[in-house]
Amino acid sequence: MRIAIASGKGGTGKSTVAANLAWALSRSRDVTLVDCDVEEPNLHLFFPAPATDVPVTTPNPEIDAARCTLCGECGKFCRFGALAVVKDCVLTFPHLCHSCGGCTLVCPHGAIREVPRTIGRVSCSRPLSRLVLISGVLNEGEVQAPAVIRAAKVLAEGHPLTLYDASPGTSCPVIETIAGSDACILVTESTPFGLHDLSLAAEVAEKLGTPAGVVINRSNGQDEATVAFCREHGLPVLMTIPFSREIAAVQNRGGLISRDLPGWEERFAGLFRAIPGVSP
Amino acid sequence: MIICITARASGMDAPVEQRFARAPYFVFVDTESGKSESIENPLISAAGGAGPRAVQLLSQAGATVLITGQVGGNAARALAAGGIKAYAYRGSGSVADALAEYTARNLQPIPLS
Repeated sequence: MRIAIASGKGGTGKSTVAANLAWALSRSRDVTLVDCDVEEPNLHLFFPAPATDVPVTTPNPEIDAARCTLCGECGKFCRFGALAVVKDCVLTFPHLCHSCGGCTLVCPHGAIREVPRTIGRVSCSRPLSRLVLISGVLNEGEVQAPAVIRAAKVLAEGHPLTLYDASPGTSCPVIETIAGSDACILVTESTPFGLHDLSLAAEVAEKLGTPAGVVINRSNGQDEATVAFCREHGLPVLMTIPFSREIAAVQNRGGLISRDLPGWEERFAGLFRAIPGVSP
Repeated sequence: MIICITARASGMDAPVEQRFARAPYFVFVDTESGKSESIENPLISAAGGAGPRAVQLLSQAGATVLITGQVGGNAARALAAGGIKAYAYRGSGSVADALAEYTARNLQPIPLS
């Protein structure tokens, strides 16, 4: 079972839900938590533990100057400007490369080969006896977040129950995270912005054919618009977390409400049972 | 010598654009014939890497001098490799005004490394 946690809007509580759900489930079964927010991974803050790092590389073009005739085909082809043919040389800009491999195909002289370059790492740890944490980390200045997410997900393969914590937004990294999941939890908040972005994230899950449910976080009790949206789109509201100073205080010191506040372990276990497609 | 000036529209009377690779137009002036040609920048809404791609375009057009407001790091590296000198025009005048300032040697070179 693979469950993705996404939101659209940033700061709604994806990591809070992922970390607390993982902790509650790890009380009774093996859980693997994958931090797919590779530009700003933060789940290790809830689960500090010694980690082992695996580098993530992507292929980048290398020019064989002896074969290159400066014909310019590669530079014309690359829409990301990762190769530029100017005057008497071919310049490469590895940070702009999306590793599509197209330049090696269009080069009529076989003068381009691909060489691996490190763009990030996957950090693996076992903070609890029944919890494995796998965090993707994209190096600063790099653009290929999906490659690191893929690597993190590959390392989690074969585990019986995996939670993927997505990045905010609805672009490539989020799609990479949700794709292949059995279900998706969409975390929102009681604000117009939260609802607006929930509608975008719900659309992504629907397009990917992933059954989804909603967690309303920081609820001020006035969630009518969100509840109405969920009803119209056939999205079950799986859980509502109130806007509370007590919860914020636990969260702000890196604590887990499922562990530190009475009643919340059971509520997160209940959230898991309510996810579409889960048979406990 | 062919000089490229970044512009907001086509022609010698168009206002100079301060951005290099996201300029709406490139105006190429051949100093020997005095003729100018304006090309709409195909990279204005490119996803990324507009700098090196714009330098390629200049290189193909045979330009050896660029007059613009400023250039980014990737563009600077490509300009240096392509042997294209860049000069800064920070005024609000036209392409013709910028060219006159360049001819009068009033423009500062943009450091490319």
